[in-house]
Amino acid sequence: MSDFSTSYTDSPRKKNHIARYKWAVIAGITLTAILFQVYVPRFISYLSYLEMPLLVTVYFSLMRRSPTLGLLLGAAIGLAQDSLSSNPLGMFGIVKTLVGYFAATASQRFDVETAGSRLVLSFFFFVFHQFFYWVLGRALLGQPIGLELPQTLVMAVLNALVAVPLFHILDKLKVSE
Amino acid sequence: MDLLLYRYRHLTVLLVAIVAQLGLLAYQVRNNQDVRLIRVWSVSAVTPLARVLEAGRSGSSNFIDDYFLLLTVRDENKRLQASLATAQLENQRMRAELGTAQRAEALAMFQKQSPMKFVAARIFMNSTAMSSTGSSANVYVDVGASQGIRKGMAVITPSGIVGKITAVYPTASMVLLINDPLFAAGVISQKNRVQGTLRGQGSTAIVDFVQNEQTVDKGEWFYTSGSDFIFPRGLRVGPTTEVKPGPRRKDIQLRPSGLDGGIEEVLVVVEGVHAPIPEAPVAAEPISLQPPPAPDPGADASARAAQTGPVSTDADRVVDRYRSTVKSAVPPAAPPKP
Repeated sequence: MSDFSTSYTDSPRKKNHIARYKWAVIAGITLTAILFQVYVPRFISYLSYLEMPLLVTVYFSLMRRSPTLGLLLGAAIGLAQDSLSSNPLGMFGIVKTLVGYFAATASQRFDVETAGSRLVLSFFFFVFHQFFYWVLGRALLGQPIGLELPQTLVMAVLNALVAVPLFHILDKLKVSE
Repeated sequence: MDLLLYRYRHLTVLLVAIVAQLGLLAYQVRNNQDVRLIRVWSVSAVTPLARVLEAGRSGSSNFIDDYFLLLTVRDENKRLQASLATAQLENQRMRAELGTAQRAEALAMFQKQSPMKFVAARIFMNSTAMSSTGSSANVYVDVGASQGIRKGMAVITPSGIVGKITAVYPTASMVLLINDPLFAAGVISQKNRVQGTLRGQGSTAIVDFVQNEQTVDKGEWFYTSGSDFIFPRGLRVGPTTEVKPGPRRKDIQLRPSGLDGGIEEVLVVVEGVHAPIPEAPVAAEPISLQPPPAPDPGADASARAAQTGPVSTDADRVVDRYRSTVKSAVPPAAPPKP
């Protein structure tokens, strides 16, 4: 108990700062991200490469710094995505659960307030997400899903570039202390 | 023990969440059953918002068009487009009938057949399914169980087949498009009557299970064969774009005509009617027509009147041929008994 508390209190202030949000804000942003994914690419097909639900999962997991909250949020967003797809429920759910957990865990070790760290983490978690989705699809469902590495890396870069200004905008929605 | 649980509480929750979802996944795969309740919740939560967005977008777009650019032309255009779509389908069916059956029996069969019944629908959002190309080949249409839609119904446009209904919710339905790798439908070629299975491949489609010994020409049209019990026989699928022998089976690439130019409004086939495969090539390309001959000076007045009437369309000519066939095939009605 004491070890756990100490690891937090001994860290620099910026590292252990936990951002707080209203639940309505989290729910609203989550719903907006899913809506974005299903609606906007109908008109601008290039935007189908943006994984907004993933970016939202990463953001809240990083900023809340609670692995439990991160994984639960990831599971909820993933299951909602599964529900709107033709896949069995659980594919996106499991992958985003892992993303939420590891993002929150990473936030306890890195300063996630800087643009550079956000760029790198967004890039990493996009690749992580795509890779685990591919593994699950092939291993559990036997689906012929392809993983084209160059395309995945380009999409990861694009998502990371979008993540930085998006996270900056979402920062404005924090509850002021 | 308590201290241990507290220390590893995050990991414990993670394991519980993963195992629970693996169990959910295993249940669905093993029993081939869906957890419908969760899907209904999500669809019910998202679709109203998407509809509001779509209504707002189309409303504002229509407002600008209607009141600033085209005051009345838009409504007229919509009406004409709907009318044209119906006429095209009717024309295609009539041409198919006429091309394959000139006899009175075929006419009687045609008269017994009722035309297909459709529910018009609008695609209003994509699904979140992730394909290898990064884009989704599933879409949602704005009609559901409350409009009589059922799983497995065919979705078409006047240009060709589009997909099939794979999930039905109260006010929306999911459509699996024909370019999805999981899509399959029975098809038959127009000229050589070669049967195969249509399968999606991202932006295009292939016809699978055609032996190398069978003959399929490049540019030959494929139609639905009706063997899948989803699509009525005789609907357009598309022309082949590439035909070559493969290591085991013929490699046939096909351009789905139903997806040409994007899709927004579609028709869900509520009651399908099988139709023969047309013998004549599809009139997709413009053809040159000679002007009508000059009236014969010796012809009677009624014939002259018919020849000098307005220029008729293909559909009018087909209808005229039907009428003449009916007159020759159906005996005159007996006089009523007193």
